[in-house]
Amino acid sequence: MPLLDVRQLGKLYHLPRERLLAPRPAVQALKDVSFTLHAGRSLGVVGESGSGKSTLARLVMALEAPSEGQVLLDGQNLHALPAGALRRVRARFQMVFQDPYGSLDPRQTVARIVAEPLDAQDRSSRHEQRERAAGVLDAVGLGAADLDKYPHEFSGGQRQRIAIARALVTRPTLIVADEPVSALDVSVQAQVLNLMQDLQDRFGLTYLFISHDLAVVDLVCDQVIVLWQGRVVERGDPDTLFHDPQHPYTRRLLEAVPRAPAQYGKMHITNEEVAS
Amino acid sequence: MLLDVKDLRVTLHTARGAADALRGISFSLDRGDTVGLIGESGCGKSITALALMGLLPEDARIDGSIRFDGQELAALSDDAWCRLRGARIGMVFQEPMSALNPLHTVGRQVAEPLRLHRGLSARDARAEALRLLDKVQLPDAAKRLNAYPHQLSGGQRQRVVIAIALACGPSLLIADEPTTALDVTIQREILDLIAELVERERMALLLITHDLGVVAQRVQRMLVMYGGTLVECGPTVEVFSRLSHPYTRGLFAARPALGMPRGTRLATIPGRVPELADLPDGCPFADRCSFAIEECRRAPPPAFAVGPGHDARCIRLDTMARAPL
Repeated sequence: MPLLDVRQLGKLYHLPRERLLAPRPAVQALKDVSFTLHAGRSLGVVGESGSGKSTLARLVMALEAPSEGQVLLDGQNLHALPAGALRRVRARFQMVFQDPYGSLDPRQTVARIVAEPLDAQDRSSRHEQRERAAGVLDAVGLGAADLDKYPHEFSGGQRQRIAIARALVTRPTLIVADEPVSALDVSVQAQVLNLMQDLQDRFGLTYLFISHDLAVVDLVCDQVIVLWQGRVVERGDPDTLFHDPQHPYTRRLLEAVPRAPAQYGKMHITNEEVAS
Repeated sequence: MLLDVKDLRVTLHTARGAADALRGISFSLDRGDTVGLIGESGCGKSITALALMGLLPEDARIDGSIRFDGQELAALSDDAWCRLRGARIGMVFQEPMSALNPLHTVGRQVAEPLRLHRGLSARDARAEALRLLDKVQLPDAAKRLNAYPHQLSGGQRQRVVIAIALACGPSLLIADEPTTALDVTIQREILDLIAELVERERMALLLITHDLGVVAQRVQRMLVMYGGTLVECGPTVEVFSRLSHPYTRGLFAARPALGMPRGTRLATIPGRVPELADLPDGCPFADRCSFAIEECRRAPPPAFAVGPGHDARCIRLDTMARAPL
């Protein structure tokens, strides 16, 4: 059984009424999206703004109710669960957001930020919470010494590590990461991507990885879906999909990616070899 | 030479005291040249743009020289800057929504530089604004004259910003991360548009970006900036084929590229970009560089020629050249 089974998911947003006698206009943000994701694997979701990527993330995280379809986690329909049960199940799926500046409360210590998801779970003691927080901070390459600091004392990359630690503290199986490295500088982005891959190997995490960056998805994911105007227009493994795209939109996306020469430094190496 | 920057130094006053944001940068640009300035946040690339537009904070200290069309800009009065900025130097910013005034129509904003700098009447300015919006290929330009920025998409707004930048026929266009806030397909359209306009109007382009792919495809020459210093400069093709400076090399290796096998570990640059106030005395990159030796920390390294028109500021170039990429 797949860990995550998304069936014919759709979301219709109603806009404010424009005319008294006309029905409210609506936007079909997501339509008929289905996929399965097995434990320990990574699924990439690519598409541009307005394609429905973030709506999909919110529905999978059960932050919003779908207009149609179901989200099954281990066979359980998240949107059919009563509030209390849903809150308990939430320990098993967590989210990492794009902006590590906006997603951490500046007035709370790292210890509180990281341990907060535990509050909604078992009422563990402050001491236990602190230990759990120290443990996950260690896993993301920060230390127990950082527990009493505030977010402003950290760089963007370190903040994203804190956000990842917060997601890990409830020992989830599924992590929904919405553009987790888009706000980071190239050199820091590489550190965070390596970390996410290490954590996957170590804890057997499953990623639903949302990104507009095809190269990042190619690196991290073993399955990809391409969203366009709320629909899945193409799916497959990244090697095939990025090598031989079938849908015109996927092709357009790929062609638009600015690329640095792939064979970097090659001329240089050859010259050196000739010289020696 | 249209723009000649020599040993430009900018000192900013921060909460932690004086910080050297630019530590003696030199480069030049002629009409028709396209130059890319690349670096990560905090390296000084936006400060460079602000210095070239006379928009540095008032208490910033500026040394060295910026010569534009024979005129020295480093010590220019604000009045003189106002005559230059938007007239002979055009600017495109990262976030078109904040570059535009949400309370004014598109037509009025495009007409503003025309009225200020060229003294056109309201009617003529509006006609010219329409011509400019057509030139930047804004769909339905005539209707959009009366639209407000929030009624346009991100790409359309950036077209309006470009129209404003071009209004007075500048000879230098400075584009600071013009497509960072846009989707890739829109990014491509906007970069195509800028390239086409730069060529047609024979402007010089300074394109500031953090994206190596954009630099590789869009400019003839590139400047790599780290810690307020230009660590490597040269023709784009040469810089990419040699990757002489350890920072350029690190930046390149850290970037995921399409086609890398799944799970490839990316090469990382250890540590983080230092804050300006914390920069070491010697080579700014020394603390993060695997090639650094004691001598690197003593004095800022001079520029060494590594190829025709291609320099790198590193005293370990010989060792670097022998190291595998």
